[in-house]
Parts: sequence; structure tokens; C-alpha cells
Amino acid sequence: MAGATVDLPAGRLHVPQSGQQVTKLARYQFREYLRSRRFVALAGIVVAIGVIVTAIVAHFRGGLVASNLAFYGSFWGGGSPFVAVLAAVFFGGDAIAGEFQNKTGYFLMGLPLRRGTVYVGKFIAAYLAGVAMMLLFLVILVLNGVYYFGGSAFPWQLGISFVLALVYLSAVLGATFFFSSLFKTSAYGFVLTALLFIIGFTLLQDVVTGLVKIEPWMLISYADSAIGTIFASPVNWGLSGTITTSSMMVGRMHIVTTTYTAGIAEGVVIMIVYLLLAAIGGLLLFEREEFS
Amino acid sequence: MSPSLEARDLTKQFGRFTALNGLNLKIEGTKCVGFLGPNGAGKTTTLKLLTDMIFPTRGEAFINGVSSRRDRKRALGDAGVLIESPEIYSSLTPNEALGMVADLRGLPAADRRDRIRTVLGEVKMTEWADQKVGRFSKGMKQRINIAAALVHDPDVLILDEPSTGLDPRGMAEVRSIVRDLKKSQRLIFMSSHILSEVVDVCDEVALIDKGKLLFYDSLDNVTSRFADGHQSVDAMLARPVGADQVGQTVATLPGVSSATLLDPRRIRIKFTGGLAAQERLVEALVGLHLGVLQVTESESALEEIYLQQISRGD
Repeated sequence: MAGATVDLPAGRLHVPQSGQQVTKLARYQFREYLRSRRFVALAGIVVAIGVIVTAIVAHFRGGLVASNLAFYGSFWGGGSPFVAVLAAVFFGGDAIAGEFQNKTGYFLMGLPLRRGTVYVGKFIAAYLAGVAMMLLFLVILVLNGVYYFGGSAFPWQLGISFVLALVYLSAVLGATFFFSSLFKTSAYGFVLTALLFIIGFTLLQDVVTGLVKIEPWMLISYADSAIGTIFASPVNWGLSGTITTSSMMVGRMHIVTTTYTAGIAEGVVIMIVYLLLAAIGGLLLFEREEFS
Repeated sequence: MSPSLEARDLTKQFGRFTALNGLNLKIEGTKCVGFLGPNGAGKTTTLKLLTDMIFPTRGEAFINGVSSRRDRKRALGDAGVLIESPEIYSSLTPNEALGMVADLRGLPAADRRDRIRTVLGEVKMTEWADQKVGRFSKGMKQRINIAAALVHDPDVLILDEPSTGLDPRGMAEVRSIVRDLKKSQRLIFMSSHILSEVVDVCDEVALIDKGKLLFYDSLDNVTSRFADGHQSVDAMLARPVGADQVGQTVATLPGVSSATLLDPRRIRIKFTGGLAAQERLVEALVGLHLGVLQVTESESALEEIYLQQISRGD
């Protein structure tokens, strides 16, 4: 036996409170994310998106840089939800399913941890990794903003929009964790979240607004519009959306389109409801999940 | 309070398949208990129920008197668990992985580093302490898993086939580690389908088949209870002997019912009369000047009982 034996203090160890264990677990999991290839890969993708945005703005300028609000409304409002979805897929897609598929869960579940502790700890770690990606994207846009608008590169709306984007990230991550808890195969979590948030909700929104012709308050893709509309003037802070109707003639056809835009408070409520339903649903699923 | 494990009417069904059927088993004290059974007998299911990795259809499991279903955190607080050869996050080093375990288990920060060094020493992984686990072989990972189960110096150790999947050297090393663990005062409950491993390491044995417990007793009792009063030992010799010589000498010793030459330097001797007879037999064997190097309890005794009990259920 190498080394001297170290006896632990007399009496049994005091297992930390679940809250402390959540913090500890989140810290280790976050470090695991920071060292992972997927973190580097996603950072590369976000930088690539930033470079494309920079090139488009530099090439076209015009209306894109007419004002700082128009610039952030277009690129932060349009880009940050996409980055949030990517982050959720990359960091949450296999967060729970991977514990079964890769058998790392047997390592954690042999420890005196509640299942909820594992779930929440991993959620916080994935969220922090996602926040890092959102910050990276924000920094790239702000650097562009400083170049074009100098001292006006930091409108107050940007701060609120960033917070809204973080709420959206938590909602998408909640959904990702739900799917990840639903299946024991990582790929399902990845694919379902990506399909649903990149294509599915947008299609659903088109159906609800175009065919059913009602405000799509039940869809998170509707809520994320709040991230961009905060840059509009005047800002709709309310709990109900704005309806804009426009019409145009295409040949002999008279086409009327109705656009629904979520109020800021309405968007926040929808996102939080999604977060709570998905995260709690996922947690309940994980509580019943067996490592068989 | 002495460490304990208990299964009360523990039953687990997967759909229509009954993996475990009303298991009642109470193990108490500091010892090593081998949990034997063929593949699919319900060994791993039992261990997973004990550690709340799966949930019972009926019944309850307890570690140190605490229901693992009702309070898994307290039940696993004093237990070290190794089930299904888990994977460790590949970017972690053994130092970091064990640090995480120690931290989550509440080991005081001041003792952590020394304790981790000690357990890494116990599993002979000190020189790999700062290498990434992702590069390790299966055997090395298994040793880190054993270290993780030991880091808090638990009262109870639950090991699920710890040497399965390892090469012969790895198996021997894991066996040696478990033997060393016995020296500390703890209860070790180890599932295995390798009989020699159980004979080598354990004091007691529980046999399970088709989800039902067939027996639980000390190795000595099991051997004498099921071997029709016969015991069996293997004598290792320094020089080769012939079958005739064995038949004329060893087989005629008092109490010996048969002597079989397994190979020119190994004789299997069946005898009756318990420990006193065994002592006389060893003395007599030495007196025969056959070059006896060692006399060990025959592995086949348990093997015969195992096969006999398992086939009874078929």
C-alpha cells in the first residue's frame, strides 16, 4: 500500500445539505463543460455567426446601421434566440440522457445525492455554459456597435434585451432537459430540441396566425419576439401583444397579413411558464427514471 | 451500531419478468459476503434496489437500517457503491474525480487531499493521479471506481462484480484490493459469478437464482451442509506423484473417502470429520513425505454445491 493511511475524523461524515450539493455539482459540471470539445465547437460557431454579421453590416450598412436600436433589434433580436437554442441543444441535449447512455450516471447515483440535486446541478451548469455563449455573441455585436455608434453603442434596451434572452435560454434549456429526461438516448434530446425550436415552433406559429388567426400566446417562438421588440419605439411593456395588419395586391389577389408581436411582460410570462412546465416535468420524469 | 444491509420481501418486476422475487436477507457485522448466482439470477437487480438506482415493485431495502427508497441520501451516506462499472467524466483526472466525490460526500477540505492519496495508494493508482481518466484502460477505471467507493471510508461497501471484464492480472489485482479492504472493519457485499473469487475473498456466501435466495450462510457451513458431510481440500506437491501412489497412500488415510490426482502435483482429497479431521489429515499428509507444499480448501466444493443448487431450480 502506497502512502500512509489517513483516518477520517471520528464520527460519521456530515453529508452536505442538498442546496450545497447542487452548488458543488454545478461547479464540477460547469468545469466539465468548459473543458469539453462541444464548448469549443459552439464558441467557434458563435464566433462564425458574429463574423458573418460583421461582414454583412460592413458590406450593406445603410438601414442596418441607421440607428443603434435598429442594429441591435435586427442582429441581437434575431440572432440571440438562435444562439440560445444552439446552446441548449449543445449543453442540455444529452445532459440527462447521456448519464444513462454513457453510464456516468452510475458514478453519480452511487453517491448520497437526491435525484433532484443531480438534475438541478446539471441544469445550472448547462445554463451557465449557455450564458457564456450568449455573452460571447453580445461582445461581438457590441464591438460592432462601438465601431459604428461610438458612445451610443450601449442603449438601455440592450441590457433588458440581454436579460430577456437569458430568460429565453432558461426556457429552451428547460425543454431540452425535459426531452433529455424523456429518453435514455442522447440523440433524441438533441434532435427533438433542435427540430422543435428551429423549425417546429415557427411552423406552428405560421399555422396559428395564418390559418386559425389567433394570437399565438401559447408558443415560445412568439414570446422570443420580445427580445427584439424591446428596441422598437414605443415599447409595448404590456401583457398583451400588438396586432399589425397589412395588405397588398399580388396580381389580382388582395392579401391581408396579420402580424402578432408579444408585449414584453407577455413574452416573459410565456417563457417562464415554458421553463416551469418543462423543467418540472423533466425533473418529475428523472425522479422516476431507473438506472436499469 | 454494526453495519448492516437488509432486504425485506424485495421484489422487482420488469413488465412480466420477475427479476427478484420476495428476497429476505439480513447481513450484519464486519465481514465479506459473496453474492453468488448465474447471469440473470437477480444479483445486480438486488444491489440496484439496495442503492435506489431502481425501485422495488414490492418490499424495501435498508442500508444501516435506513430505507434507501425513502431516504437515499442518508442510506448512501455511509456506503461505498460500485455498480455496473460506471464511467467517469473523461476530462477529469483521478484526483479531480475523487475530489468531486469527497466534496459531495462532505469530507472536510483539510483531510481531502491526504485521504485521496491514501485511497489511490490502496488501488495502486498513485502515479496516474493527474492523468485524464478518458485515456485509462477498463481495469484502471475500475480501480478508480473502487477508490471512489472508498474515499469516505464507508462502513458498508457494495460491489457489483468488481473484477468482471478485466484481464487476469486486473482480476487478481482487484481481488487483492478487496482482500486488503477486509482488514478494515467494514461490511463488504460483493456480487460475483466467479466462485474462486468468492472462496478466496469472502467469509459468507448468499446464493440466488431466478430471483430467489437459495441459501445464505458461512462458507464453512455451506460446504458442510450441502456436501453430504464431505469436505474437500487440494494438496499441492513439490514433486510429481503417480495415481497408484496416491491410491495406496493418501486414499487409505483415516477419514479420507477419496483422493483424486488432478495433475501430477495436485491431489483433491475428500474427507469427513470437520476441522479436527482436517488437522489430522494435514499432519498425515506431511508424514507421507510426498513433498506437500500447501493444503487449501477446494474451490470445487462450492462449485459442486453451486451447480447442484442451481440445477435443482431448472
